[in-house]
Amino acid sequence: MVSFNPSIVAFCCDKSGYVAADMAGGLGMSLPEGLDCIRIPCAGRIDAFHILQALEKGADGVLIFACHEENCQSLTGNLMAKARMGYVYGIMEKIGLERERLELCNLATNNGAKFAETVRRKCDDLKRLGPSPLK
Amino acid sequence: MIKAEQKPLEEVLAFLEPYKKILLVGCNACVAVCHAGGEKEVGILSSALRMVRKKSGQKLEILEDCSTRQCEPEFVDDLREKAENVEAVLSIACGIGVQTVAKRFPDIPVYPGVNTTFMGETDELGVWVERCQACGNCVLHMTGGLCPVARCAKQLLNGPCGGSQGGNCEIKRDVPCVWQQIYDRLTAIGQLDRMEQFVPAKKWGRESRDSGPRTIVREDLRV
Repeated sequence: MVSFNPSIVAFCCDKSGYVAADMAGGLGMSLPEGLDCIRIPCAGRIDAFHILQALEKGADGVLIFACHEENCQSLTGNLMAKARMGYVYGIMEKIGLERERLELCNLATNNGAKFAETVRRKCDDLKRLGPSPLK
Repeated sequence: MIKAEQKPLEEVLAFLEPYKKILLVGCNACVAVCHAGGEKEVGILSSALRMVRKKSGQKLEILEDCSTRQCEPEFVDDLREKAENVEAVLSIACGIGVQTVAKRFPDIPVYPGVNTTFMGETDELGVWVERCQACGNCVLHMTGGLCPVARCAKQLLNGPCGGSQGGNCEIKRDVPCVWQQIYDRLTAIGQLDRMEQFVPAKKWGRESRDSGPRTIVREDLRV
């Protein structure tokens, strides 16, 4: 395992992921050092541009925390995020970036533990994968 | 509106291989609507290009801009300062925009970043379909507002061919036969008698681009 602290950009939906992140932090759950949470009004606000910007600026991994499917407060924001991720995967493949660097996680406001587990697992995955070649 | 699709990244990268500093310019008109060449796509393509080049150890500096309408010389003139500071321009406007840029900056290489595909309508979010071929002599008044030039595989002007089956085209089975649609539409609006009016063969050579690029001149607008 490569010894480095992966930088992870987590785009968190204000109606689910951000509240879960807040819970994880409030309960003192262990979170990776390089985690950077960005609060967004809805996962549907995420565009390919935002994900690419995070990767270009040196993020080792990008996570999108969205509401559960069929439970989006903006109805289809989570599905839009999922569809856009598919588009970004295509671009990442052409750039030569591993798709493991980008992941969507559906959760609810009270899933603080799931949030913490997901970011810790992603951190371990990224350590195995190594630093982004764009650093 | 004009519809376009982004060229494969590999093709664009091949265009830019000799350059270290370029201007990537989009257009906020038609190609922005079909998510191929607007301001957002400038950002996405720019980021992707920079990352590929950085990964291969050949950095690429990209200046970004987006014209209000790249088919208008006045708007393209606004790009001059940036264009004169780069080795090449990559335009993700339609083919018209690319040519306007090339004409305005004759000493700077200009490359297309999209394939201009057709003139069409938005069928639903993310789906665009061809609706007009700019044939130069509109017959929509005869056909209930459905164009047989753009929507019939054989461009028939006086009713369907023998291959119209179950309301679908014989060339592409999943495409509705436009002449069936025309028949249904004319029936619905009480104008079925229009089917009996003969539409003469088009003067393709004079009305369409078969005899070269067409020009429209409005003397009253010229100063």
